[in-house]
Amino acid sequence: MVLNELDQKIMAAIQNGLPLTPRPYAALAEALGITEETLLERIAAATEAGVIKRFGTVIRHHELGYRANAMVVWDVPDDEVEAVGKRLGAFDCITLCYRRPRRLPLWRYNLFTMIHGMNRETVVASLARIRQTAGLAHIPYEILFSRRRFKQRGARYLEPPKQVANG
Amino acid sequence: MPADNKRPELSDLEYRLLNDYQRDFPLTSRPFAAIAESLGCDEQTVIDTLQSLTDRNMISRIGPVFRPRRLGASTLAALAVPEDRLDEVAELVNGYDAVNHNYEREHEFNLWFVVTAASREAVDAVLDDIRARSGCRLLNLPMEAAYHIDLGFPLWC
Repeated sequence: MVLNELDQKIMAAIQNGLPLTPRPYAALAEALGITEETLLERIAAATEAGVIKRFGTVIRHHELGYRANAMVVWDVPDDEVEAVGKRLGAFDCITLCYRRPRRLPLWRYNLFTMIHGMNRETVVASLARIRQTAGLAHIPYEILFSRRRFKQRGARYLEPPKQVANG
Repeated sequence: MPADNKRPELSDLEYRLLNDYQRDFPLTSRPFAAIAESLGCDEQTVIDTLQSLTDRNMISRIGPVFRPRRLGASTLAALAVPEDRLDEVAELVNGYDAVNHNYEREHEFNLWFVVTAASREAVDAVLDDIRARSGCRLLNLPMEAAYHIDLGFPLWC
């Protein structure tokens, strides 16, 4: 799906979230000068096409008690990385699973997963269970626990639509 | 859902709103009324509860999560920052509007951040700038493949 100019304006208008009013889509549509029906159709189309991978409540793990957030990185043989990635990505408590390039000699790891838990112990326990279940005992890995969070917000891909001044 | 893992400070309604609507949020004229009908309460209660969860920072927003790379470009980057310069360099990195996540992690590469911009060139320009201004070793680790389908985060993990 290629986003046309209207779609881009719509994505920019919804990316910071719906207003908490009874008719949130109507409010956004009015600001864009389009109908509510059109707005809903375009959001549904973008979701169907996978531009939007999900539409809904975006929670903040830390505030919900998930104080431990570990990036677990794996050094997987290149010919196994897709199969291992798919196995890891299927675990409920793994929230991200991406292949990224190695940067030798500085960086040997090519598979990145994120595990959230209430504390370090629950994350370590989840990881042990995952390594055993997925048969990954032979794959070198490192756990990078987070310490301080300096910034977290949704990605901004688009400039907000320009306000058109009314004469 | 396993009730024993529920966080004590969440009411049943709060738990359902946080856990059950991370995807397939109603695309109908009155979405909060549709949710209220499913959960057996009224529209204003849903709105007030979502407002309260937002005010308490448990919800960042109700809206889209975009698939990476479909709109614009992004990368994960890491810097190896000397411990005594970490605050200064974190602040430098935070100063870029293109940076949307920035974490300290336990590793020699101890500052990890995501850069998102309209194009690959714009992302690279931000990284070049950060590398030059910080004077630190930098890893640029763009995503090559995604193996996880994001269905949201189940609260029983």
